[in-house]
Amino acid sequence: MTTATITPPAVPEATPSFTVTLMIRRFNPEVDAEPHWQDFDVELYATDRVLDALHKIKWEQDGTLSFRRSCAHGICGSDAMRINGRNRLACKTLIKDLDITKPVYVEAIKGLPLEKDLIVDMEPFFESFKAVQPFLVASTAPKDGKERIQTVAQRERFDDTTKCILCAACTSSCPVFWTDGQYFGPAAIVNAHRFIFDSRDDNAAVRLDILNDQEGVWRCRTTFNCTEACPRGIQVTQAIAEVKQAIMRGKP
Amino acid sequence: MSTTIEAPRSPYARAPRKRGVNWEKWGWIYMRVSGVVLVVLIFGHLFVNLWLGEGVSALNFAFVAGKLTNPFWMVWDVLMLWLALIHGGNGMRTLVNDYATQPLTRGILKWAIFASVAVLIILGTLVVFTFDPCPAGAPADLLPSFCSAL
Repeated sequence: MTTATITPPAVPEATPSFTVTLMIRRFNPEVDAEPHWQDFDVELYATDRVLDALHKIKWEQDGTLSFRRSCAHGICGSDAMRINGRNRLACKTLIKDLDITKPVYVEAIKGLPLEKDLIVDMEPFFESFKAVQPFLVASTAPKDGKERIQTVAQRERFDDTTKCILCAACTSSCPVFWTDGQYFGPAAIVNAHRFIFDSRDDNAAVRLDILNDQEGVWRCRTTFNCTEACPRGIQVTQAIAEVKQAIMRGKP
Repeated sequence: MSTTIEAPRSPYARAPRKRGVNWEKWGWIYMRVSGVVLVVLIFGHLFVNLWLGEGVSALNFAFVAGKLTNPFWMVWDVLMLWLALIHGGNGMRTLVNDYATQPLTRGILKWAIFASVAVLIILGTLVVFTFDPCPAGAPADLLPSFCSAL
């Protein structure tokens, strides 16, 4: 015998949603001479991200809106953009953390050639990255012929700079990079730091020499914009300072 | 047939680093070292001139003339002059490098900075080492009052 029980149907509490105004800096190279701002009203939840807002615009309002995104989870580093004047990943910026009583301003990162809407030419950025030899150079034979063993402390030395996802948020927040595109920029120096302080690497002297340049670490003005912009929380300015110290010592 | 086909996505050219003394590095180190020394020199200067003894009310032509007869203060003032002017000039050169985009404006501004620094350093050094408050043969009414006591 079963006892019939009446369970009230589960009615989930309605999640409040908000109308958010997004001001997006649009640029179509085939039509426009100059970029211009366009506003969109989007219905969003507090848990949505700026990337969700951009998706809603692209999928429901204006299919011509162009932006980069791949993983949408803060790892691939393709959707760095300037949100309310600060370089952020669109996929890591929640609507609840923004002041939605005012429009949310979204534009492409600065200092790199604008291609369309929120897309910039990343080639100069990657060129600086390539120039610092961002790969392990181990020309000597390993000690016991097998592995290059590293202590916990040796690994810890460069742990912070291994987190870089090459989103260019730091480099495109640097005022020196804005006015001088020849400057290597924080991201390239961070990735050089990752190998300079790696005990298994043999090419630290070459990288230090590359960065000991007029367009190298000495252009850094320690404004901390890069540290503030990094979505991975890397202490970028500290890493640059450590590379400066290493250049003065002549070794890592 | 030896047609060279350019690689797709040809890399952006970056000029190779010139050999020789790296002035950017030494400039950077100079800014740090001279900054620390200048803190001591300038605050020492302010303390002696404005605080010790009667303080600021003791400052007059005779006070400065007296200080410039002392070799210790001559070296102190010359050091302050050279370190501060080169520090300031290098700082302005940095600003020009950062914000002047045209090579011509850049050149003119850097040249103007260098010229003003050089003129001020030469004039200042000359004054410190050749200063004589009571030059011989000058008319008495143009000399400070303490000259007659000498």
